Amino acid sequence: MKIAITAQDNELHSAVDPRFGRARWFIVIDIDTGDFVPVSNAKNLDTGQGAGIQAGRHAAELGVKAVVTGNVGPKAFRILKAAGIDVHIGAKGTVEEATCQFKAGVLGLAKQANVEGHWA
Amino acid sequence: MKQLVVISGKGGTGKTSIVACFAALSQNRVLADCDVDAADLHLVMDARVRHRELFRSGKKASIVSEKCVDCGECERLCRLGAVIRNGDAKGKDSDSLHIDPIVCEGCGVCYHFCPADAIAFGETVSGEWFVSETRCGPMVHARLGIAQGNSGKLVSVVRSQARGLALKHGLDLIIIDGPPGIGCPVIASVTGTDLVLVVTEPTLSGVHDLERVRQLASHFRTRTVACINKCDLNPKMTAHIEEHCEETGMEVVGRIRYDKSVTLAQIAKTSVVEYSDSPISLEIRQMWEHIGAP
Amino acid sequence: MFAERRNGSLRIAVASGKGGTGKTAVATNLAATLSSEGYRVVYADCDVEEPNGHIFLKPTIRSVERVGTPVPDVDLSRCNGCGKCGDICEFSAIVCMNGKVITFPELCHGCDGCILVCPENAIRETQREIGCIERGRRDGIEFIHGVLRVGEAMSAPLIRAVKQKLSDEDVAVIDAPPGTSCPVIETVRDTDFVLLVTEPTPFGLSDLRLAVEMVRALNLKLGVIINRCDIGNSGVRDYCAEQDIPLLLEIPDDREIARAYSRGQMAVEVAPSLKVAFAGLWERIVTRISSRNDE
Repeated sequence: MKIAITAQDNELHSAVDPRFGRARWFIVIDIDTGDFVPVSNAKNLDTGQGAGIQAGRHAAELGVKAVVTGNVGPKAFRILKAAGIDVHIGAKGTVEEATCQFKAGVLGLAKQANVEGHWA
Repeated sequence: MKQLVVISGKGGTGKTSIVACFAALSQNRVLADCDVDAADLHLVMDARVRHRELFRSGKKASIVSEKCVDCGECERLCRLGAVIRNGDAKGKDSDSLHIDPIVCEGCGVCYHFCPADAIAFGETVSGEWFVSETRCGPMVHARLGIAQGNSGKLVSVVRSQARGLALKHGLDLIIIDGPPGIGCPVIASVTGTDLVLVVTEPTLSGVHDLERVRQLASHFRTRTVACINKCDLNPKMTAHIEEHCEETGMEVVGRIRYDKSVTLAQIAKTSVVEYSDSPISLEIRQMWEHIGAP
Repeated sequence: MFAERRNGSLRIAVASGKGGTGKTAVATNLAATLSSEGYRVVYADCDVEEPNGHIFLKPTIRSVERVGTPVPDVDLSRCNGCGKCGDICEFSAIVCMNGKVITFPELCHGCDGCILVCPENAIRETQREIGCIERGRRDGIEFIHGVLRVGEAMSAPLIRAVKQKLSDEDVAVIDAPPGTSCPVIETVRDTDFVLLVTEPTPFGLSDLRLAVEMVRALNLKLGVIINRCDIGNSGVRDYCAEQDIPLLLEIPDDREIARAYSRGQMAVEVAPSLKVAFAGLWERIVTRISSRNDE
């Protein structure tokens, strides 16, 4: 199963970016094999409104089943839900640690957005 | 990393003068001037531009006159009335179509539906942003192009750059000079910050605008505090604002008197706290110590 | 000269790059002065984010009208999930995910693109409320203002709606928002004259330059008022002279006027001599408009 973890840089030891829509990187990890591919989300960083929507579409195009991040806003949540992608929030530390947190099932499965939309 | 934004609702209450003081009083900070259509902070921060980049935002349509068959479909479809007959403008051939770039919001409807494929539709440059060095650390600021829209997006760019600088240099505070009003660029300045400081003044207009800006800030659930500038202009009104703040759970963190040294410091291209040791400097210092590292 | 304009009416926008320079004070005092001279005046507050003119004019509000902006309403029973609506939308206001259409009305610019492109005619236009327009009267002055809903990002459609309410009065005094970007442009477009209010400080000068560039880009006539003219330095005056910009009025810093302002009183109410100054301002504006028309 492939998941996407939001990150500030493109390595497994990079810090998790708590923001979804405006994360610089998505680290796409196959949690069965441990293979990973960093995918830039940079074009969404400077979007005015709607970064979460575009990032949600981006995640859907990557074919991931779940997104692991810090927080999720209302627009991104609606898109991810429509795409059938689970949103796991509250991830902390590095991408590697967040992968473990995800596997251990300690991250919250978002039932709704946990932050207001933010444009920066 | 913490982000402090200074806003006011009403313009001209002293946001930028106060931000300049905070810049001088703090350490390890990045400054972000988000009043992108009337930026002034650089004037008192002795900003030396080190990096500049064009701001590309949205798209705009334009008519390729060689291909245009003058059917008027674009004119009919444009909800904003951006398509005009050149005859309306001075010195142009009458009756040919043209798109007013100031009115066009870049929806692309004319481009998609033009039967002659005569409309060009592309990204436009609508401003510029800068990273400057100041005596108080790095500063990101911008200049929206003349008669351009999309100020909210430019604010997002400024904040994203400021955040990048803070991460890169290990700085733990971003001080944001916000725009007046409560609209798009203000929302873009306030979202995701840790503390909102509203600078108001003891006038009925100030009170009115304070309440609207408080409602906006409460929408983002960010801790919001207030500062009453020129508090001695109308002591009764100041007392009224204090009551209102207490009722709405907004702490008043500063009361600053009217003082000509604010203007004099501006003319001397510096902040009030650096310019003089007058009582107003003390009041601003106390406010900064009070809010501390937000 | 009046005869050749919209049934004789003149539209004067009062703007400034910098906020808090006294736009509303100038606009309300000018409206009050003209009204007392017998003109049929409308005061229109287009600073819809923070409208303040009512504080000084104290109109009796007679009508409140909600203002909306067009947004799509998707009939999901007719939608075939083709996604063309999402492809045409430049603002992420309508998105198709896995054949399901989702709309974000707050991002919609009301261009009708999705409605036009939908092959199943499954989208119709509905309205999303962004604010309201209140209208009233005070003495001889018609009062109109727009009030943007708090949290709303789009002010331009509301400003357009306020301006559509203007009719055939002799003079419309239009109070603009601060700055130089879209809401200001929407306000000053199609006016006959733009009064730029500034103060003689470095911030005032810097923002005045931007405002002048904006007004010139729109090809409109302009003049400058320096408020609190005895604070600060000579930068603004020097700039106006160098750029050949008419300086139409200078208002001294006056603690009494400032106090009256803080209580919501107009300067002409506490210092009736100022009526002469505002009447003189009006004459200079009219001269400017007519002389340039003859060029």
